[in-house]
Amino acid sequence: MTETITLEVARYCPDRDSAPSLQSYQVPLREEWVVLDALNYIKDQLDGSLTFRWSCRMGICGSCGMMVNGEPKLTCATFLTHYRPGPIRVEPLRYFPVVRDLVVDITDFLAKLRDVKPWLVREDAKPPEREFLQTPEQLDTYKQYSMCINCLLCYAACPVYGLDSLFKGPAALALAQRYNLDSRDQGKEERMDILSQHDGIWGCTFVGECTRVCPKNVDPAGAIQRYKLDAATEWFKSVLMPWGNR
Amino acid sequence: MSRLYRKRVSTYWWLGPWPYLRFILREASSVPVAWFVVVTLRQLRALAAGREAYAEFQQWMSQPPMVALNAVCFVFVLFHTITWFNLTPRAVVLRLRGQRVPDHLIAAPNYLGWVAASAAVAWLILRA
Repeated sequence: MTETITLEVARYCPDRDSAPSLQSYQVPLREEWVVLDALNYIKDQLDGSLTFRWSCRMGICGSCGMMVNGEPKLTCATFLTHYRPGPIRVEPLRYFPVVRDLVVDITDFLAKLRDVKPWLVREDAKPPEREFLQTPEQLDTYKQYSMCINCLLCYAACPVYGLDSLFKGPAALALAQRYNLDSRDQGKEERMDILSQHDGIWGCTFVGECTRVCPKNVDPAGAIQRYKLDAATEWFKSVLMPWGNR
Repeated sequence: MSRLYRKRVSTYWWLGPWPYLRFILREASSVPVAWFVVVTLRQLRALAAGREAYAEFQQWMSQPPMVALNAVCFVFVLFHTITWFNLTPRAVVLRLRGQRVPDHLIAAPNYLGWVAASAAVAWLILRA
């Protein structure tokens, strides 16, 4: 007989429910199955109305992030056997408004991401005719932060974002730092004006959970602390050497 | 657009997962640090005021409730120091010959400074 495990899945239908509730499903417990496989099994075999986001199944697209037993996880990389004998509680990402079942509204994050200018800012009037060259060392400086897949697990782990929705949040700040450290970029000062405000880097109290839950080892907490150090250095420079350039 | 469900964050969010509680304890440990600053300032003031004032300070510090308070504060100060020293490599990134300096080498000077300062204070106190 096939071994099974219970999944307690958060269900919320905006037209019918005032708050989410948990619904239990029995799914086969297979060694090679991740939580996302179990959700797809439920959708295909047990309850077609279950709604959730997913795409690549290989930790690249960042769309299947959910709370698994209270921890933010990529469900495509979270094996069922890890939670044997169960049950496994699957809920939408914490601190985000729920659209339906396991789907959250990420409009707020997308607006914040745009605010930090996550692209190469150049002072040139025209695009260059050749590509910008970069040494392996220069690439290595920012590569860690460029691994972010916008899965938003870091937001679901950050109590500061939960308590103050104005806070720009770990991924947006780490991505800002990714471009600041890029030798081809010239937008550091523009970003500093945005990020040195209270709801930018100074909102972070260094809980450090964003770094712990990041499936790509981006270390957003580290990026933010480095940014704070940069901002403080710039401030001291502007006070001690007001005649110098910023 | 359909109705979104928004859950309010509990006032007691920090009592949930252990990393959150550890964070709050780390933040709260700044109070015992401030207490030790007050004690040190009072000690210096008593020292400047003469032998009698210093004996009075020592008498105040040797009362059992004060010893218990200072023992608890000491544990918090240790926790504060070690956690912050260990977090230093997150903020300070140095590169040497193209390679990032390992985390333990960034944290090490903090510990060395701590040991040196403690040894200097111990020498001052114990030489008498």
